[in-house]
Amino acid sequence: MAELEEMEAQSFREEARAWLKANFPPSLTNAPSIHFVSDRHAAESNADWCLWRQRMAEKRWGVPTWEQRYGGAGLTQAHGKIIGQELAAIGGFNPIRSYGTMMLGPTLLEYGSEEQKREHLPFIATNERRWCQGFSEPGAGSDLASLQTKCIDMGDHWLVSGQKIWTSGADQADWCFALVRTDTSRKQGGISFLLIDMKSEGVEARPIVLISGSTHFCEVFFNDVKVPKGNLVGQVNQGWAIAKRLLQYERDSLSDVKAEITPLAPLAHQYCGTDVMGRIDNPDLRARMVRNAMRHEAYLATVSRLAREAKSGGPGYGVSALKNLWSGIIQDRAELLIELMGANGLGWSGEHYTDAEREATRAWLHSKAFSIYGGSYEIQNNITAKRTLELPA
Amino acid sequence: MLNEEQRMLKDMAAEWVHDRLPVTALRSFYGHDGGGRPDAEGFDPEAWAEMAQMGWAGILVPEAHGGSDFGYRGMGLVLEELGRTLGTSPLLSSGLVAASALRLGGTEAQQARWLPGIADGSAIGTLAAEEGAQHGREDVALAATAAGGGWVLNGVKRPVQDGMAATFAIVTARTGGAPGDRDGITLFLVEGGASGLSREALDQIDARRPAFFRFDNVAVGADAVLGEAGKGADLLDRLFDLAAVGIAAEMLGNACQAFDTTLDYLKTRVQFGAIIGSFQALQHRAAEMFGELQLARSAVEAALDAIDADDTALPALASLAKATVGETLHGISSQMVQLHGGIGMTHEHDAGLYLKRARVAAQCYGSTAWHRERWARLNGY
Repeated sequence: MAELEEMEAQSFREEARAWLKANFPPSLTNAPSIHFVSDRHAAESNADWCLWRQRMAEKRWGVPTWEQRYGGAGLTQAHGKIIGQELAAIGGFNPIRSYGTMMLGPTLLEYGSEEQKREHLPFIATNERRWCQGFSEPGAGSDLASLQTKCIDMGDHWLVSGQKIWTSGADQADWCFALVRTDTSRKQGGISFLLIDMKSEGVEARPIVLISGSTHFCEVFFNDVKVPKGNLVGQVNQGWAIAKRLLQYERDSLSDVKAEITPLAPLAHQYCGTDVMGRIDNPDLRARMVRNAMRHEAYLATVSRLAREAKSGGPGYGVSALKNLWSGIIQDRAELLIELMGANGLGWSGEHYTDAEREATRAWLHSKAFSIYGGSYEIQNNITAKRTLELPA
Repeated sequence: MLNEEQRMLKDMAAEWVHDRLPVTALRSFYGHDGGGRPDAEGFDPEAWAEMAQMGWAGILVPEAHGGSDFGYRGMGLVLEELGRTLGTSPLLSSGLVAASALRLGGTEAQQARWLPGIADGSAIGTLAAEEGAQHGREDVALAATAAGGGWVLNGVKRPVQDGMAATFAIVTARTGGAPGDRDGITLFLVEGGASGLSREALDQIDARRPAFFRFDNVAVGADAVLGEAGKGADLLDRLFDLAAVGIAAEMLGNACQAFDTTLDYLKTRVQFGAIIGSFQALQHRAAEMFGELQLARSAVEAALDAIDADDTALPALASLAKATVGETLHGISSQMVQLHGGIGMTHEHDAGLYLKRARVAAQCYGSTAWHRERWARLNGY
């Protein structure tokens, strides 16, 4: 039996390898695929990306494990894993990957009605319908459950009014999955999970210009927006549980991302020069770079150690502690990169700065978000202290 | 991940160390003035005999010579548990460093002469390779001159870990070149009772009393050379790396216990009508220490596994482990005193013992700064 399965897996692997090789546009090899997830315009203005999306949509391999009636290929997890491995082997990426496949899709599969699944999943499976996540509000950041966007039952529809913020890609999205308040007498227990068509009257998305120049995040205003009754997922006031589950899916999909470690030493040699012993000719900067690089390596060893321990049901995961280590190490690295570039690491635009220099500058500014989003540094420390170390409230 | 046998060893070590070598055992080596007691050896010979009986001294000795050949990860587990209670013994010097030296560089006759004794605890070996205030692997000045088919050694070594109790030492000497040169370093096996070798205990802050060795025309035979004469630098590097990983495992245990003890205090001490562990400033400090401990553990375990896997990246991983745990232990041992407040400043409290041992361990087999610099060079910085 096991042998048969193995033979089947091997033949599927060969089939997948051949199809991917024949269909993945070589121009997209090792492309920064996360960019295509976050920036719809960048994706859709790239002809090869469009071709690749269409081919994968037709093959249904973007969401291989979803049932066929929802746009998937109805394959097992093992098959899905093989596709992913073969794709990675040729430097490829999944053009269907989106907030829809990573977050909303699995949530709808678990909590959605049959009607909602048939209405939305097939369009997520082709990446034709882009979604945004309406969770945070100006007054509900770290304390998300204090959100106040009103959702009133008007009998034949819901009436939504309020403001969301930090909504990634809202200005380019077709639909929004949002947390709204359906009961003001309870905090977590008064939240519902609602699907809102961004073309509805009264919806306005405004991009926010960040310090890095990015306009990816938006403010979204709901001004008495009418939403059909059938767009509420799960039960009324069950939204908090659904949201927590969705954030779990988000974390799972983020953990797939490989942490990269490109040594800064060669760049430092280039920008700072070397002393007679071949060392970076700036002892103070060098010492700080070395410490950061060593912490980075110890961090990567920690990620694989905790993954191994979790697999064998080992001690509890210190996810919050890990996130703070990660954000600190990556932020320090971003600082070191522009510092070693000196005055050339401070350019905003123009030919006098190389692409790499301008990218380093923007990446440094962007990195400041790492200790804010997904639970700030301070919130993560609170969680570690209370849950992992069991310190009193 | 640990296999079943390793898990059993860890549990057994934890239980034995807890019962047999609690912190009070170390305390008994201190005099009233806070210095080391001159009449103590720095470790308990009876406890050491029990450790050998349980097979710990022979974890790295081949089965043919009476050991269990259980691997460095296993040795690391025992050292970590000993580190938790600051338990003292010659396990690292003899069971890890000397056993490794003989395995890596010893002739069959040398192995047969010393390995069975290391395994059953009757022989204690150590590395006598440091001479100055700073770790310097090539800074060997002790001179060995050829004479009558053998060698005559003159010079000093300090500090020699467990040197007072050692039955033999692996001594680095210069048979050519000048201090600082890689060429011309030779390793010798020298018996503790060799004529012309005088030993004095150093009253060090951790009460372990390492030794000052003076070699005054110490004559050894040609068969005392470990490895190749004049070409000992590579073997010495290897031994220092293994020793650094071993002490890093012990330091990990020091750091884990220093943190646990401090965390317990945060959960019980009341001021301003509240348990001080409820204050956010202290909670965040604890959370940060917990994160640093994660990095330290990963680095130490990766290095131990690299030795067992014969990974060529060991030099960099050894330095990563020693430097990472060095920084972590430095911080946590200082915080242990700070967070205990006044009581942490007293000799009666354990915090000071952890602080003192932390600083000694940091200097052993290359300091944090030394290993950072070494890692930097290996990685092209």
